[in-house]
Formats: sequence, C-alpha cells, structure tokens
Amino acid sequence: MFIDFFYILRKNGVPVSITEWMALTEALSKGLADSSIETFYYLARSILVKSESYYDHYDLSFEEYFGGLNDEGMMQKKLSSICEEFPEIRDELLKWLNDPINRMSLSEEEVRRLSEMELEELIELFLERLAEQRERHDGGDRWIGTGGRSPFGNAGINPAGIRVGGVGGRRSALKVAHQRKYRNLRNDLTLDVRQIKVALKRLRLLSRSGPEEELDLDATIEKTCKNAGEIDLVFSKGRKNIIKLLLLMDVGGSMNPYALLSSRLFSAANSSGHFKDFKYFYFHNCIYDHVYTDIARRERFKTDELLRRFGREYRVIIVGDAWMAPSELLNRYGAIDYDDVCETTGIERLLQFREHFDHIVWLNPEKQNIWDRTTIRMIRDIFPMFELTIDGLEGAVRELVGRR
Amino acid sequence: MKDFNKFLGTAKYIASEPLQNAVNVAIALGRPLLVKGEPGTGKTLLAHNIARGLGKKLIVWNIKSTTKAQDGLYIYDTVQRLNDSRFGDRDVSDIRQYIKYGKLGEAFASDEQVVLLIDEIDKADLEFPNDLLNELDEMSFHIPETGETIRAKHRPIVIITSNSEKELPDAFLRRCIFHYIEFPDRQMMEEIVKVHYPDIDKRLLHEALKKFYHLRKIESLKKKPSTSELLDWLQALIAGGISYRKLRSELVFAGALLKNEADFMHLPRNEAV
Repeated sequence: MFIDFFYILRKNGVPVSITEWMALTEALSKGLADSSIETFYYLARSILVKSESYYDHYDLSFEEYFGGLNDEGMMQKKLSSICEEFPEIRDELLKWLNDPINRMSLSEEEVRRLSEMELEELIELFLERLAEQRERHDGGDRWIGTGGRSPFGNAGINPAGIRVGGVGGRRSALKVAHQRKYRNLRNDLTLDVRQIKVALKRLRLLSRSGPEEELDLDATIEKTCKNAGEIDLVFSKGRKNIIKLLLLMDVGGSMNPYALLSSRLFSAANSSGHFKDFKYFYFHNCIYDHVYTDIARRERFKTDELLRRFGREYRVIIVGDAWMAPSELLNRYGAIDYDDVCETTGIERLLQFREHFDHIVWLNPEKQNIWDRTTIRMIRDIFPMFELTIDGLEGAVRELVGRR
Repeated sequence: MKDFNKFLGTAKYIASEPLQNAVNVAIALGRPLLVKGEPGTGKTLLAHNIARGLGKKLIVWNIKSTTKAQDGLYIYDTVQRLNDSRFGDRDVSDIRQYIKYGKLGEAFASDEQVVLLIDEIDKADLEFPNDLLNELDEMSFHIPETGETIRAKHRPIVIITSNSEKELPDAFLRRCIFHYIEFPDRQMMEEIVKVHYPDIDKRLLHEALKKFYHLRKIESLKKKPSTSELLDWLQALIAGGISYRKLRSELVFAGALLKNEADFMHLPRNEAV
C-alpha cells in the first residue's frame, strides 16, 4: 500500500508528519506528479523532506519502497494492492490495453474479452505486455521504462498519479535515488567550517552591557505620558554575547588524521567574532603541567597559570581522541614527550579542569563505537563527551550554555 | 491542470528541473517555498526570476536580526500621531492614516497576485517564523487599532530563503515546500555562464571551469568559490583579454575567486593543475 512509503520514511528517520502526507495526497490528486516517477520523486521530496540533511534518508527510503518493483512478482503484488485502494485503476488498465499500439500484441480473443476480464487477469496481461515492450524498445536496462511508448497512465500510486512505465528518455528517479549523492549532507557526518560556525552561533548568552545607546520605545512612551506629553527619550544598554570561549586542542600523534577537522573547528571559532573572548591552547594526548600556545608545541604555557588566568565563567571545549596508553593518563611523568616533566598525572589535571570550570565538554573525532576503550572511558567519566559531527557539536553547545 | 508547470526559468536564469518542479508545486498548493543552498547558488535571484518569468510584481522583504514578524504586517506610527496631536494639523482621531503596511501587508493588499520574497529568514529571531505561521496559513491578519481584517485578494507566491544559520521550527517547516539548490555541475554551469556571457571563447571557458572545479575540490579552502564568484572572475578574464593559454599556466585574478587571505596564501602549493 502507498501508505507504506510514509512508514518507511519514518522508519529511516525522516521526520514526516501527517500534515505533509496530506499535502502530498493533495498534490497527487491535482495531478502534479505529471504521470512520471521522476517528477514524483522530486514532488514527494519537496513536500515531505524539509532539510537537505534528510535527502539521503529519503533516497534510501525511495529505493526501499520502489526498488522492489524491479522484481515482477513484487510488482504484481504492489499493483494489486494499489488497485484495491483505487478502483479507478481498472479503467486505466483497460484503456492502456485498448491502445492500438498495445492491442497489436493481443490476440483477437483477448481483445474481445477485455471488458469482462477480472482485475487480476488484467494486471497479468498488462505486465506481460510491459515485459514484451521492454525487450523490444529498451534492451531491458531501465525500470520498465519503454522509451515513452507506454502510455499507461495512472497505475502507480494514485488514480491521478504516476505512470508506472515511461520514466522518460533520460535517467530514472530510482537511479537518482540509487546514486545517493546527498550522502555528504547528512547530519551525522563530519563538518565544514561554515557548518561549525553555524553550530557555534548558538553558543551565546545575551546580557545587557556597554553604553546606553538603544532607544527603549516602551519606556519612552510611558515616561512621555507621565510627563503629560512632553517627549522624554529613554535609552538602554544593548544586548551582547557574554560567552568567553577557551579551546584546547590535542595535536600530533594519533590526532594527525583529524588535523584538518580540528583546524576547521579552530578557524570557525576564531572567525566567529561573536564571543566576548576567545583563547586557545594546544596539548599532546593529555593536559599535563604545560600547554602550548602554538601548534608546533614550542611555546609553553604553565597549566597552573592558565587556571589562574581564566575564570570559571569560561566555556571550555577540549578536542582530542582521548586515546592513549593508560600510563600517559595515570602515571606521574607519564607525558609522551619526555621533556614535558609532569609532577601531576594527566588524570589529576583533567579533574582540576572539571573542578575549575563550570562548563566544559570534550569533543572526540573518533567514532562513538570505539568509545569503550580504556582511556576514552576514563575521560568520559570526567567530561561530557560528544562526537565531532554536526549532531555532536550541537549537543556540546547545548551543554555549554545550559545551567550548571 | 492548466496553470500548472508555469515556471520554466527565464532567459537569464537557468532553473534545474527539480527546482522548477518545486516552484510549481508551491504555486499549485499555495504554500510558501523554502529554498536553501550554498551561498552564491542563486536563492534570492530565484524569486526575482519567478516574478519576471510569470510577469508578476515582486515584493522583497529583507530580514535582519532585529526584524519582528509584526514589522511585516503593519506599523502603527504612534510617534507621528503624538507629534501631530501637539504640532500637526492632521485629524488625529483617524487612526487609519497612521497605519502603514509592512511588506507582507503590502502583498496581501495588492490587487493582483504578487511574488513575495522573504529573504534570509534565518537571520531573524528564532521565534520569527512561528509568529508568521497563522498569517501565512490564512493569508490574512487583523489590525486591532482600526478593527480591520486584511485578507489577501490573491494568495501571493511566497519564496523564503535561508542560509541555515539557525534551525527553523518544525511547525513552520511542515507548512512549507522545501528545495535545496545543489551546486551546479559542470554541464549546467556552462549553460549558466553562456546565459551571462554568450560570446565567451569556448577554450577560455573550458580552461576556466577546469580551474574553478579544481579549486572547489581543495578540501582545506575556508571558503569555496561559488557561482557568483565564477561569473565575476570570468568577467575580469574577458575584460582583461586573458587568453586561455595564459590561464592554463597561471591562475590569473585569483582574488576574484578567493576571498579569504589564508586561502590565498595557501594556493601556490596546491596549484598544480
């Protein structure tokens, strides 16, 4: 049944509602699908899907629902069920079989009996003819497309809807769906600078500060009225973002594959410009007695000094794979760079950070399915950890602006 | 459906088939069309060209971060009225003369069907789209000050663009037709360029597109060049009389394509086309 398509979409995670489904039905009954599966593909997509990040889910669903039609048996079943839903189909089948072109391949006996045939018989006949046509015109490559010779209207989806064959001379919608070219737009994949910027934009808390330069209209009117009409202008302070951001990035070693991703996050945060303050430091694997102000890790900066200088109100994002030898996390002098003499163990340092800052999150570029490795698990116990994807970043931002 | 399939692009604007389809569905169902896409793919231009293609008037409502839904309906100019009551000679008891329609109100009040472009809706406050739900659904609004109800004489064709800087509320999305403008592929880009520069030397165009798509493939670019930048660049190439041979050996006028200093510095190392 057609409604199955709706449930397949929902099963695959496309948030479709009844409202949109009704709109689609309305569009189909107005004949907007233009009797072609390709137009239907785009029509249904523009009505049912409201974000490019779901285009890929849609493609998968489309293939799942219509892909089965490649198989004759499935096709017969689907057609019969659609015909049950829409009795008008019978007339359409009749019309098609009666078309002079199609009649050529029917025996006289069959032509005579056409109008008395049972629905099932009709469908069978239709499918047979269709198969023949495919061999004749198409070389059998396209989904029951018949190079435009099949005028079979309206059989597919809805009485006013879609042509089963005649996908047109070019590409079929199924092929478009099969290409999955929107895969890169999915939300659960990693991100580019703009997407990060957009996510970071939500990292804001507005507060009135600065000079009094905005005209407060309501207060002005009230004061003017109290003054018996003598106009008295009232100004107030503008609203500004008070969020200060501190970014700590793991560089080198196991983070090398993610260097590009980290640098995107950095440039997004750096060019965002809507933070009250933005500072960043680098570290290697874990935070020890020093962090670094440059990516090559030559300029040291004392961690104690960092904690002194940056107050608890700073929002902290740590980016790292959290994946190291347990000794690097748990032992004194455990730092992987032997010149980084560390009196305090890495894990103690991390706990210090947790204590010191009100809002702190860990972004991990590694996929979530390996997060049960020892050190990752230990660090997850300390910080809320998020995947470095659009969804993960959004979660992290929510955590950072939330109440503590 | 006679009036279906109305919009087919214009001489100056190439619309892909899915896009035409989405526009026409939106028109037929009388629902707003929400258009998203990479910057520079012609989202705003779409509305201009729908208006041109269908021969309708275009009303543009540019959204800013301070725009309120109310601004689109009408403004009651209380300050002017107050001023008139003290110094003016107008009759202040007639409130109607202090009601000024916003862009949406203008579109509703129009005697013919118009195209209304709500540009960059994501710039406004999060609540903004929700505040417009009812007005866009019913295509009418009420003015309590005068007791009037403004009802659209002809449902305007509403085109909404978004750069997805903010997420739009679900309730709003449910009422829209949605289309994501993909970045044009090479073949389509050639058509687009030809619309703008019909006389361009084929070899130059070929070489330029090669370089352009190569640039877009460089992962580390902070801002990928888009269609509008390509067109500017081509204009510069044509005006500068650059030959395709010269273009082959060096990336001339790269400044028209790359707007980010870091990208610019980055270029020589990757520029081994």
